[in-house]
Amino acid sequence: MIAPAPLKQNQPSQIRVRVLRQDGPGQDPYWQLFDIDYEREMNVISVLQKIAAKATTVDGKKVSPVAWDCGCLEEVCGSCTMVINGRVRQSCSALVDRLLQDNPDEIVLQPMTKFPVVRDLLIDRQRLFNSLKRVKAWVPVDSYYNLGPGERLPRVDQERAYPLSQCMSCGCCLEACPQFNKIELTQEAGETQEQFEARKQAAYDTAFIGAHAISQAMLFNQHPTGKALAGERLDALMGPGGVATCGNAQNCVAVCPKEIPLTTSIARAGRATTVAAIKNWFEGSGEKKEQRVGE
Amino acid sequence: MAQHRVVVVGGGLAGLAATMKLAELGVKVDLISLTPVKRSHSVCAQGGINSCNDQTRQLGDSEWKHFDDTVYGGDFLNHQPPCKEMAFWAPKVIDLMDRLGVPFNRTGEGFIDRRRFGGTLYKRTAFAGATTGQQLLYALDEQVRRQESEGMVKKYEFWDFLGPIQDETGRCRGVVAQDMVSMEIRAFPADAAVVATGGNGLLFGKSTMSVFCTGSAASRCFQAGAKFGNGEFIQVHPTAIPGADKLRLMSESARGEGGRVWVPRKPHDSRSPKEIPQADRSYFLEERYPKYGNLVPRDIATREIFDICVNEGLSVETDRMCVYLDLTHIPKAELDRKLGGILEIYEKFQGVDPRFEPMKIFPAVHYSMGGLWADYVKSADGGLLPGAPRNQMTNIEGLYAIGECDYHYHGANRLGANSLLSCIFSGLFIGPSITNYAANQKGGHAELPSSVIDASVASQQRRHAQLLKGSGGDENPYLIHQELGDVMTRSATVVRRNDQLREAIAQVDDLHQRALRVSLSDGGNWTNQNVIFAKAVQDMIPVAKTLLHGALQRDECRGAHYKPAFEKPSLTAEEPGERRRQAEQWCDEFEANNRRFLKSTIAVWDSNSNQPQISYEDVDTSLIPPRPRLYGLVGADVIEEVWKERAAARAEQKAAQPATA
Repeated sequence: MIAPAPLKQNQPSQIRVRVLRQDGPGQDPYWQLFDIDYEREMNVISVLQKIAAKATTVDGKKVSPVAWDCGCLEEVCGSCTMVINGRVRQSCSALVDRLLQDNPDEIVLQPMTKFPVVRDLLIDRQRLFNSLKRVKAWVPVDSYYNLGPGERLPRVDQERAYPLSQCMSCGCCLEACPQFNKIELTQEAGETQEQFEARKQAAYDTAFIGAHAISQAMLFNQHPTGKALAGERLDALMGPGGVATCGNAQNCVAVCPKEIPLTTSIARAGRATTVAAIKNWFEGSGEKKEQRVGE
Repeated sequence: MAQHRVVVVGGGLAGLAATMKLAELGVKVDLISLTPVKRSHSVCAQGGINSCNDQTRQLGDSEWKHFDDTVYGGDFLNHQPPCKEMAFWAPKVIDLMDRLGVPFNRTGEGFIDRRRFGGTLYKRTAFAGATTGQQLLYALDEQVRRQESEGMVKKYEFWDFLGPIQDETGRCRGVVAQDMVSMEIRAFPADAAVVATGGNGLLFGKSTMSVFCTGSAASRCFQAGAKFGNGEFIQVHPTAIPGADKLRLMSESARGEGGRVWVPRKPHDSRSPKEIPQADRSYFLEERYPKYGNLVPRDIATREIFDICVNEGLSVETDRMCVYLDLTHIPKAELDRKLGGILEIYEKFQGVDPRFEPMKIFPAVHYSMGGLWADYVKSADGGLLPGAPRNQMTNIEGLYAIGECDYHYHGANRLGANSLLSCIFSGLFIGPSITNYAANQKGGHAELPSSVIDASVASQQRRHAQLLKGSGGDENPYLIHQELGDVMTRSATVVRRNDQLREAIAQVDDLHQRALRVSLSDGGNWTNQNVIFAKAVQDMIPVAKTLLHGALQRDECRGAHYKPAFEKPSLTAEEPGERRRQAEQWCDEFEANNRRFLKSTIAVWDSNSNQPQISYEDVDTSLIPPRPRLYGLVGADVIEEVWKERAAARAEQKAAQPATA
């Protein structure tokens, strides 16, 4: 069968969808109900597409289409994260037949709760990408000129790196994390756009960085060239909102759609930062001593 | 030297490669994208990226052969100088991506592993599991983030490109774009603009492409006067998973790693596939193409799968068309290591484990070979002249097109694992061309008169306000898009017939009128996805028309463009003399057809009639003379013999002529 395990015996002709809507930042959220025609092999994306085309609630009221974000529809771009029937996940791989198995009455769609709502199911995940800057998640190559191949790499190293490198920045791990709290700032009167951006940046830079970025730091710290910035990445992880903030709830690894070994990365980061802290302490005290001699 | 500023539209492989290279050259870049660049459609590319490599080289491969496979696979509609340059850069591109940290699969000894892809007999394709596009994109995304944190790049994500800004001489001086959150419309003055906005699969409703691949950005350049080349050449990928919202790609690498395509010999055999013995299976690609087997070029595999389902009635299912793609004979551990990502997609979306059960697949629209016309300057050795300002420039001065939205690399059919290459190559190569262009301009981004900026912004604001206000019509943009997709899929995918194309043109003309009378269900000015989509739908139609007219006028079969009414037949005679005579005639007709149709289709948009004007332009085939593409044809050996004799005679004749030019 091309369809996932057929459930033909009691297929509804219509599906009820409950959506938590919000017209804009700072506005009150409200629920709206939609009925749409059932078709085989639907996912939450096709449900939302139907809602957009119809834009009419169960009461026959014309409403604006529900805003949401999506891209590849094959769970590789990370766009379409939302809370579906109480669980954070990608809406493209949320198959309607499965959802109806769990709850035949309705499908409940809510925006992620750890990011500011832009509108309806669309949220602002700037902070997530900002975290990648905090840990300098890149290989610091000399240039983009042709300088021959990179280092030869044993297969085991590639097999350790590849799963971490599949992180699509969807934010599921952050939504599920008890230590990752929402930061929602609003532009104040008299504040320029630049000043506002700077204030946001400062808030993001000291709040918990999250499992995804810790894992990326570990990915680049094991790369032959990426290693060059290992110390700076560990410094970032030792600062405010770093790896010590993790409360070890392990929710992140449970919700990751790509099954990335996030807790393994966090444990490695914990060890590496401890070692670095001890080293810094010795070197730091050495520096002070020299200074005193100089005085 | 004044600080240069360039605006790049699109943050997939091509746009990111251009951005990081320009930043390295000291240019400030404004990067505009509909989506956070890390989520661009390049993430969907699965199989890999091609280059000649140390191993294939020792088996007789070379950059030249990669180039040859590319133009032969493309049925010679590719422009040869850029293709040659790309093939020669390919090993360097992979080296760079390796240095940037792409986790390419490794051999036991730690070298980059390679697999075989369609249209070649060499294992040229480097890969990172089955998510190579994602991994390449992430490496570039990381470098651009690095440049961003150093202040060289400013990203504008969730911004919609609305059109180029042109001064009174027609030169492109920047772009106008709209913030999709606040709906602000503003200008981005620049010394040059680059569009790297990908393909237009959404013209067909459902395709393997991401939801934002509407082609509307390229269309906005086209409507502003940029030429559009080879619009009718659309690649339909042989293997995709049918779905309600999307046709999900099942990579060619599944066949590259040994996957076999088959159908039961008995129509709709009700046995489960594993119970059907070998003798009752038809491995039709292997039977018809013994040399390439399951790895014939994509256009051919697609037609065969289509043919076996539609004409021979051998679809696996009764109520829907599909064939088996079988990996179950390959050890599970090897599948996980090399194909994990795509097998998970199948499992997740179909609920069936393809390691133990053959997949069910069918062709789907996948890639736009055509796109914005772009120029190049040929070097003395037949490649491209590095740093020439005209490389990749459209006919609008200062406006560049790269990646899937250009038109000249893939001819009539793109080879698998060449798209990632063409995107990264064109993005990197264009850097010095743009800096050289910018250095020779009198007025830079800072000197753009405010009157020009204001006029450009005002015209977009008018369009926006008009849409919000409504035209009194009641057309729904989502339903228009659905209808457009149905018309295009029916008339302009695998098999094309002139009567159907004519009918489709009339239908799309009608849809165009209706699209201009859309009524929005959201009249607000905050994160209004409704109005953004309505604009995209309106702008998809000029490209749809271009595609249909191009297809209608091209009365031949070439690569992905297949018109059965103009197919050249196999040889029928058994008697050697007669067979030879038929082969001579075949070659005569082939040559006559090439004189007429071995040309790029060039469209310009006529805004008065709302129709494309089609003309033809010569293709540079100066390096590898066109030859018949004979995959699987009966009598191919005799035709080849005749063809070689003619080619030799031509070469002799040429050598005898005194050098004049």
